[in-house]
Amino acid sequence: MRSRRPSSRPLATTLQKAGAILIAPVTAGLSLIDRPLRAWQKKTGHGGMAAVFLLPNMAIFGIFVLFPLAVNFIYSMTGGTALFLADRSFVGAQHYERLADCTNYLDTATCKDDMFWNAVWNTATFVVVQVALLTVVAMTTALILNRDLRARSFWRAVFFFPVLLSPVVVGLIWRWILQREGLLNLVVVGMGGDQTNWLTDRNFAFAAAVGVSIWAHVGFYALILLAGLQAIPKDLYEAAEIDGTRPARVFWRITLPLLAPNLLVVIVLALIRAVQVFDEVYVLTGGGPGTSTMYLTQYIYEIGFASILRNPGLAAAASIMMGGVLVVLTVMQLGLSRRNNRPGR
Amino acid sequence: MKRTVLAALATAFLSTTAFAGDVRVMWYSDGVEGEVIQDLLNRFMEENPDINVTLDNVAYKVIQEQLPIQLQAGEGPDIARVTNIKEQAGHWLDLTPYLENPDDWRENFGAQLDWMRPDGSDIIPGFMTQLTLVGGFANKTLFEQAGVEMPGQGATWDDWVDASAKVAADQELEAAFAIDRSGHRISGPNVSYGANYIGADGMPAPVDDGVKTFATKLVDWTNDGKMLKDVWVSAAGSTYRAAADDFINAAIPMYYSGSWQIANLSTKIGDMFDWVAIGSPCGTDACSGLAGGAALVAIKYTKNPEDVAKVMEFLARPEVVKEFSERTLFLPAHAGVVSDGGLEWQTEDKNVAAALGKFVEASAEVAPNAAALPAWKWANVYYGALVTRISQVMAGELTLDDAFARMDQDIADQVAQAQQ
Amino acid sequence: MSAALRFLTRRRGHGGRWHWTDVFTTVWLFGGLIIMFGPALWLVGSSLKSPAQLAEFPPTLLPYVSQAVTVPGYDKPLDLYDVTMEDGTTRRLAQIRRVGTMAQMVDPAAPDEKIRVNIKQRTPAREVGFATENYTEPFQRLDFVRYLWNSVFVTVMATLITLLTNSMAAFALSKYEFRGRGAVMGIILATLMVPLSVILVPLYSVISGLGLTNTLWGVILPTVATPTGVFLLRQYMLTIPDELLDAARMDKASEWQIYWRIVLPLTAPALAVLAIFSVVWRWNDFLWPLIVLSRQELYTLQVGLFSFSGELNVQWHYILAMTVVTMIPVVLVFVFLQRFITTGIAGAGLK
Repeated sequence: MRSRRPSSRPLATTLQKAGAILIAPVTAGLSLIDRPLRAWQKKTGHGGMAAVFLLPNMAIFGIFVLFPLAVNFIYSMTGGTALFLADRSFVGAQHYERLADCTNYLDTATCKDDMFWNAVWNTATFVVVQVALLTVVAMTTALILNRDLRARSFWRAVFFFPVLLSPVVVGLIWRWILQREGLLNLVVVGMGGDQTNWLTDRNFAFAAAVGVSIWAHVGFYALILLAGLQAIPKDLYEAAEIDGTRPARVFWRITLPLLAPNLLVVIVLALIRAVQVFDEVYVLTGGGPGTSTMYLTQYIYEIGFASILRNPGLAAAASIMMGGVLVVLTVMQLGLSRRNNRPGR
Repeated sequence: MKRTVLAALATAFLSTTAFAGDVRVMWYSDGVEGEVIQDLLNRFMEENPDINVTLDNVAYKVIQEQLPIQLQAGEGPDIARVTNIKEQAGHWLDLTPYLENPDDWRENFGAQLDWMRPDGSDIIPGFMTQLTLVGGFANKTLFEQAGVEMPGQGATWDDWVDASAKVAADQELEAAFAIDRSGHRISGPNVSYGANYIGADGMPAPVDDGVKTFATKLVDWTNDGKMLKDVWVSAAGSTYRAAADDFINAAIPMYYSGSWQIANLSTKIGDMFDWVAIGSPCGTDACSGLAGGAALVAIKYTKNPEDVAKVMEFLARPEVVKEFSERTLFLPAHAGVVSDGGLEWQTEDKNVAAALGKFVEASAEVAPNAAALPAWKWANVYYGALVTRISQVMAGELTLDDAFARMDQDIADQVAQAQQ
Repeated sequence: MSAALRFLTRRRGHGGRWHWTDVFTTVWLFGGLIIMFGPALWLVGSSLKSPAQLAEFPPTLLPYVSQAVTVPGYDKPLDLYDVTMEDGTTRRLAQIRRVGTMAQMVDPAAPDEKIRVNIKQRTPAREVGFATENYTEPFQRLDFVRYLWNSVFVTVMATLITLLTNSMAAFALSKYEFRGRGAVMGIILATLMVPLSVILVPLYSVISGLGLTNTLWGVILPTVATPTGVFLLRQYMLTIPDELLDAARMDKASEWQIYWRIVLPLTAPALAVLAIFSVVWRWNDFLWPLIVLSRQELYTLQVGLFSFSGELNVQWHYILAMTVVTMIPVVLVFVFLQRFITTGIAGAGLK
């Protein structure tokens, strides 16, 4: 970690003071429970303490994440439109059969549930394209921000700022820009072009979905990469320069290998996010034109929640199938992160 | 710290318990009606100081997505303004025993009571806050500028689209016309071309030639640029999209939507151009629109049905209905108010009264097959399948024949699911 | 890619000449400035437009209001138009009324003479003006202070609980050896990716079963056990040397004291990052609060602002204005804490 100079600015100190006052009751509470915990520690040793530390988080996690997930699995085996499990009937694997019923998985028209497979392939395409482009854009931005720039913190802020916006706002802003009567067409018409229905063109709508999701998240990933770049010792570059190594070689031989751990985090996090893509694209394109930007999460949300006759069982089955893919990704991530947890940095 | 949390927790829990005399109304707004109803409720509370009515203004999304869950859990507000009235009819409260004069309600709101009752029942669950009728609007000024005569009484869809296309070509407009992206909107025209959604057994019938004729027309009009493409193509599934802004911008000379747009058009168009309501163009069989609207219903799970009935009775008074309609520019559902006439629409826009009048007139044209739809519980399933699949055809993802097959399949699947 | 390659070795002004990578950098930065900030400025500008102007095409960059003038002999102020006359000159006239495609106009300077003008020859005379009522009316109609308080309560409580429980769990998972540690970590990672929108119905059943519907705690609790937070903090705590803990144990410090007196302060950068993200996420939460909260007095700002979206019409002018208002705190947090965020992400290492 880089050493940070102690803050001397008045604002920072005021904030720290304010923070200290805010935290005071919390710390008081924390020291209060030390006595009973000490007694517990005496009785159970370190193992018991691990349980104490894990308990609050795991309890909340269990009730509000794990339990609903398990319930979701039971839902996927039940039928009907009722929302509460008690009112639903057991139908076995019926929903899974419906979803898997396809003569040719690549031609969605031959599938019983064509919408599901449209969503699957749309999501797959989106994930591949978005993650690849996002990584390149984030990398370029990080490399540029790592240069000897004037007002670097300003530029950093410029690229980071959309991360703070809610996905709904992001989708809304861009819909207003890209729709037929939007800002982009004002520019296009102003330059003598024709007014175009950007969001009714399949390719453009896809490009917009990818572009907007990159716009919204690139700052975060660029910062992770920037942190990695700044941690690379400068003398490595100086040595390379003395040796007269070509810049391309420096990049492949020094920058990229040393940046690998950060790059991995970026790719894995981006992958997870891309699979879950929903809000901003939903607001932006509504899944259209046709179904060309309808992704899995939207499919599940609409079937199970937003349509008038809901089908929570089918939605649950789809989400379990989606979960299967996510578990594979997780296992990959676990494997990769274990490799990177090895000492060396 | 702990104590603060506990205190907060306690208040949070307490606030969910209903006290006697408390009535909660869940309400969504398309325009000013939220303010108007608040005014009316304030007046009610002055008359009944022992009853405290709280108006929860919510997004329509809440009515559509969250209220059904609450209802299935046996929770929810005491009164709600809803549009899926028939599907959820099992959750509505029968006000009959609490009303001072139920016959009065049957007389004045009788025409729509079947829209909100379970099949075969005779309960009084509430009343319609507004009646709507699907119908068209035309930009009179654009027609004049282009020197094109507006098609008159009895003109068909083709007449209207052709005339509008001439205007659009002459005035270099975006397209000839647009229809909101909604299955409800195209069902009147479908019926005009002979469609009947309801099978002999009361269950959904397969899509028939009427639906196919109009759907084919829609797709053709979209492909040759007469129908504005954005509206239908720019979303998936049964998402609702309105084309009002394009009409307001004079980008299209004709717009097929419904009576609820009147207030919106009036505020946003102002003096830019003259617009008129044109009713529904004709098909081969009829010139039908489709009625609809929002209902205010009492909910079965309320703890104080007497107080709820008092609120409902107040809001259903003729003078209150009249004021509500005049201020919101909505068509009233109260038969007495309608037959007495003399509504003074609160607007300076001369286009408004004429348009509202035209809609009242057009309501006589609603064909029987369309008139049956609001009280039919599978209507929304049918609408959803229509929009989803037709817009896929417009986007080039399906052929019309595939789309018709998929519609039948979608509807059958949903019916089977609902009956499980 | 080759464009990006040289950035590390080349510096701007190297040898006093502009290298092509300098050009690329400048283009990227200023292009970025327009693309990143432009949309937000557009949003702010649009939030000050009247409903009619919002629907207008071509859209104007700035909000305008039409000009009106009081002409002697007319009760109401008349709207001003720039009119192209038959001889090609342009005059500024006030409109008395419009019938079909013809408008009756009058020159404010010579109010006696009426002039007939085809409406194609006139354009409204407008000046930059702000529809501030988009901001003031919602403030009067909504219980804004209440919503703000609810939003703050949810954000602060959720963030505090997140920080506390996540850091405790991370401490256990990074500094203790116990059976099942791998399993717990695996579960946490596997659920890292489950989007909330997928388990809405079962989650609502849980909330409803616990009697938490229409309470702020129903909004807070499901969001606080973020696997992301545990993961992030654990990765950071792994870098804290165990010797430090052992030394404290020698001094008879209890495990609890080690946690909050030694480990917690050392984890500050990662905690700061998590805190900031938690604040942003909870502040912006929309879907879940909308499902849990249906009582006016419990609305958060995001839920409140969406009460302007109806079935058939959405009152965009209010929604845009309220969106800008809800963005302000987040932007302020960022402006003041920018340094902490960026150094925090750098410090958190995310190894």
